Amino acid sequence: MIRFEQVTKVYDQKSKPALDSVSLDVDRGEFVFLVGASGSGKSTFIRLVLKEDRATRGGVYVAGQNVANIPSWRVPKLRRGIGVVFQDFRLLPNKSVFANVAFAMQVIGKSRAVIRETIPEVLKTVGLEGKNNRMPHELSGGEQQRVAIARAIVNKPGILLADEPTGNLDPTTSMGIMKVLDKINQNGTTVVMATHDDDIVNTMRKRVVELRDGSVVRDDAQGIYIGEPTTTTAAAG
Amino acid sequence: MRFAFVLGEIASGMRRNLVMVVSVVLVTFISLTFVGAAGLLQLQINQMKGYWYDRVQVAVFLCVENSTSESCASGPVTDEQRAAIEAKLKSPELSAYVDTVEYESQDQALVHFRDQLANSPIVEAVTAEQLPESFRVGLVDPEKYEVISEAFSSEPGVDIVSDQREYLEEIFGYINIASLVALGIAVVMSVGAILLVATTIRLSAFSRRRETGIMRLVGASKAIIQLPFVLEGVIAAILGAAIASGTLWAVLRYGGEWLSREYPQMGFISTQELLLVVPALFLLGALLAGASSLLTLRRYLKV
Repeated sequence: MIRFEQVTKVYDQKSKPALDSVSLDVDRGEFVFLVGASGSGKSTFIRLVLKEDRATRGGVYVAGQNVANIPSWRVPKLRRGIGVVFQDFRLLPNKSVFANVAFAMQVIGKSRAVIRETIPEVLKTVGLEGKNNRMPHELSGGEQQRVAIARAIVNKPGILLADEPTGNLDPTTSMGIMKVLDKINQNGTTVVMATHDDDIVNTMRKRVVELRDGSVVRDDAQGIYIGEPTTTTAAAG
Repeated sequence: MRFAFVLGEIASGMRRNLVMVVSVVLVTFISLTFVGAAGLLQLQINQMKGYWYDRVQVAVFLCVENSTSESCASGPVTDEQRAAIEAKLKSPELSAYVDTVEYESQDQALVHFRDQLANSPIVEAVTAEQLPESFRVGLVDPEKYEVISEAFSSEPGVDIVSDQREYLEEIFGYINIASLVALGIAVVMSVGAILLVATTIRLSAFSRRRETGIMRLVGASKAIIQLPFVLEGVIAAILGAAIASGTLWAVLRYGGEWLSREYPQMGFISTQELLLVVPALFLLGALLAGASSLLTLRRYLKV
């Protein structure tokens, strides 16, 4: 589903590359943790998949297609196949839960009937039944993240990218979010989650890819989170 | 659905950005009013040219008692000279240039003179003998005045050949200057309008960056993301154009009416001419705002 071939990304010629010759394969339906300290290249990985940035060298393939060959007018189509969730939720504060999720469907031209039919289902999937009309500020952090997840999956993307989705949440709430992501994964969606929450990684027992200074240093099938040797990486960030 | 969505986005964008939108409306209103005024003045010149060039004539004044030009050295024009001049005017050589020839006697000249200067004390002192007789020559092509002037200036019995068009040219010169001034103001104001639209769209894009960011992430097309912003600018400009058109209409309707009453002979343009100018104003306003918004979005709205 996602393949990186010798991908290097240099933001600034003078500094070290954010990703250095990274090769990685994520199969359809997989659940992958991307772990590593801040500045290890997790967010760059996500940006490259979305074609928010271009790889300096190497090839990024999404659903078998090299994103470098996608013309700019086709990029929206690429992004419709990918859902994204962030640490800071990014909800629209003046729209209700329903309207926030509906927004993602409206802007790609879904009909009112389809929207009305789909959203209750999705809200049920993320565990927010009956909260259609709540405003974001009336919700807890965990609930807000669920809205964001609902928005990310409402157009049924094949891939869900989560950039530290539990970064702002307490451990109990985080586990709730992980259950939702796991359920989405069970339904066939490929999930890539960048995190440095060791509890979660150790509990879930999924594939773990560890990045350090832009390189893959570990790729375990049912891995655990190994604490960073803080002294060596602190300077790189 | 998409249409309703875009409309909703425009409405919310304009509400949030109301002060800027109002200033765009006002600035485009002023600039388009001047553009329209410049256009209408040009139309007025054309109208007057069409009206007057058919009526203006070259006047060939004949010698009177106290004429001073060389060709009048032998005193007032004689009957033979007058006949020769008339024959020459009607000759086949000049028929390509001369359309009509009318003779104006000294008595007729006095009647015209009294008409033109009614209420002036000079009228009483002037007698028919002091005014020259003349041939009023209508030309096929008013631009070919030189031909007549050359042919008759040194003819015995001809005092001077005068082209009434010269006076009109002077008037047209003034109207032209007014129209250029209006155009100059219009250009400066239009630059202001373009920059203001750019700033407004930039602010609008900034205040809605959360929405556009999400639209981008979920794969909304570039058109859907940019359209509300572009239309926001275009709608404001079109409102400005509408107010400008209304203003020009009012000026023509009431100002023109007054002028036509005061100078019934001048042939002023009417509100009819707005049919030409108004669509141009709307088009110009929409184009300027649209282009300005698109260029701004290319820089400030990542898609």
